[in-house]
Amino acid sequence: MSAPLLEISGLSARLRRPPHSPLLRSVSLTVAAGEVHGLVGESGAGKSTIGKAILDILPDAIELCGGTIRFAGEDLTTMPAARLRKLLGTEIALIPQDPMTALNPSRQVGSQLTDGLRLRRGLKGAALKQKAIELLRDVQIADPERVLALYPHEISGGMRQRILIAAAFSLDPKLIIADEPTTALDVTVQKEVLRMIRNMQKIHGTGVVFVTHDLGVVAQVCDRLTVLYGGMVVEQGETAAILASPSHGYTRALIDATPRHDRAGTGMQPIPAGIVADLKAQLSRYGFGPSGHV
Amino acid sequence: MRVPFLAVLPWRSLLLAMVTLFGVAVVSFVLLRVVPGDPIAMMISPGASPEDIMRLRASYGLDRSIPVQFVIWLGHAVTGDFGTSISMRQDVMHLIAGRLPATTELTLLALVIALVLGIGTAVLSTLSRRKLVGAAIENGNGILLAVPDFVWALTFVVLFGVAWQILPISGRIDPRISTDFATNFVLFEGLLRLRPAVVGDVLAHMIMPAFALALPLAAVIMRVLKGALEAEGQQDYALLAKIRGRSKLRITLQETLRNALVPTLALTGVQFTFMFGGTVIVERIFSYPGIGNLAIDAVINRDLPLIQGLILVFGLIFILINLAVEASFAMLNPRLRHG
Ligand SMILES: Nc1ncnc2c1ncn2[C@@H]1O[C@H](COP(=O)(O)OP(=O)(O)O)[C@@H](O)[C@H]1O
Ligand SMILES: [Mg+2]
Repeated sequence: MSAPLLEISGLSARLRRPPHSPLLRSVSLTVAAGEVHGLVGESGAGKSTIGKAILDILPDAIELCGGTIRFAGEDLTTMPAARLRKLLGTEIALIPQDPMTALNPSRQVGSQLTDGLRLRRGLKGAALKQKAIELLRDVQIADPERVLALYPHEISGGMRQRILIAAAFSLDPKLIIADEPTTALDVTVQKEVLRMIRNMQKIHGTGVVFVTHDLGVVAQVCDRLTVLYGGMVVEQGETAAILASPSHGYTRALIDATPRHDRAGTGMQPIPAGIVADLKAQLSRYGFGPSGHV
Repeated sequence: MRVPFLAVLPWRSLLLAMVTLFGVAVVSFVLLRVVPGDPIAMMISPGASPEDIMRLRASYGLDRSIPVQFVIWLGHAVTGDFGTSISMRQDVMHLIAGRLPATTELTLLALVIALVLGIGTAVLSTLSRRKLVGAAIENGNGILLAVPDFVWALTFVVLFGVAWQILPISGRIDPRISTDFATNFVLFEGLLRLRPAVVGDVLAHMIMPAFALALPLAAVIMRVLKGALEAEGQQDYALLAKIRGRSKLRITLQETLRNALVPTLALTGVQFTFMFGGTVIVERIFSYPGIGNLAIDAVINRDLPLIQGLILVFGLIFILINLAVEASFAMLNPRLRHG
């Protein structure tokens, strides 16, 4: 078997300043080409930190302190900066969480959509515009020419997210990090956007790291998943298998805490305190305190 | 898709401004007349009889009650007549109008210096990877924030006026240089008429007071802008731009700077109004013939009409600056421009 598209092994991260609180504790996961890999866990579990580490956009306050991130066999963490800059944006792209802040309020959406094509492919003029229109058609925007000239505040959240999806796919990357791409959207828009990401991913054969705290979403889009708690991998495997019979109590609690449309009336269940206590005990066996939450 | 200029003008603020100005007029008028200090006493000769004093007082209307005085004053003020200066025996508006250009040029030059220094250092420290540069700028900024304008003024006088004697320490222009100018905007008119000798001499006179006024403002601009640039740099759009392969220089100059300037500008406006307050003492130190210096003369002489006129002019300047800030928001922020 050839090298997986993405192979994270033993990745650890911590706060740069004392007391160096750990944020990721030896996380390992692999994503095959064309696979959608879910990263699940409650807020603060370290999901975004993993995504940002892959994309080299960790905030200054956080540093990696061990492990490797191999992309098609090459370690991103030790790669020369110039090579990394070439890979990011072309081979690896991001669909961000909040479409309200992911577009620059003072630039027209068209120019932001085509940044990659201009900077990386050298496209310009009529060819660029033509390509931009095609991209927007792909994400089912009906009047692309008008939309290209608008500013972000002039379009809806769902429309913005579609533009960001189009931008992420514009250079046909091999891997896309989707960080809670539907969390900030209305429920009605969420489904549509999810379906869109799934479709485009299939057409392009893109591998996706899909960050979410919503197991309902995971069931819809992810082939495999990794469950995180406090920066630590709790469970990993095929989505269907894990959702059917979770082997870890925390995963089961997460499943029970997810509102399900097919089990009307049951509502959400809080995560039982005992399970969280177990996990905390497990964390302290590693010599860590739980990091900044719960 | 341009919106007509009138729609951009903040009419509501304009109305509010008029009310504010009226309030300032009332309060200052009453305060000036209840605090001790008799303007007539400052102008009479020692041998004047009580009748002379009474006549003089009546001629300036000072024998009436305060409300009556105010109504009379207001009636004239709305027609642009602010009375006659008691100490200088000249029309108040005429006096102020003659001095205002000097202060306008000085503060605008100081503003330009502050913006260039403030924005420049903020961008530089954001872009610099070297710890040393960042630390140097940070410490320099701390000092600039702590030292007030008049201390800079005195320091400059000692350094460049006394120790090195490379810059003139008083006045606005060398009297030997003839200016047959139409306005009192000597610097602007000198630039327009391409008169390097005039421009050079005026700048030499202005450079020290302008820097004294500019440095504290530059420090504030730098502090606010740097924070805003850092915050903008962590916004998703800036992270995306980085992933898309834009350099930090381009991201800063073309993406984040413009957004970071919006909060900075608001604060610069407020601080710029403080700078007009600063002109009072800095102009005095350099004997610079502006309205700040005039204000001190007016207070020393208990020159009520002149003080009253100056207070209103300062108030009006504050209001105009705030309106200008609001208008420039509309230019920087597409949400306001198209919304
Ligand atoms: N800029 C930052 N500075 C310091 N700590 C941070 C920063 N961003 C995130 N963290 C910490 O890192 C941990 C993981 O955060 P994150 O990866 O964003 O979680 P998730 O995406 O799973 O909600 C949290 O405990 C959070 O407090
Ligand atoms: Mg997150």
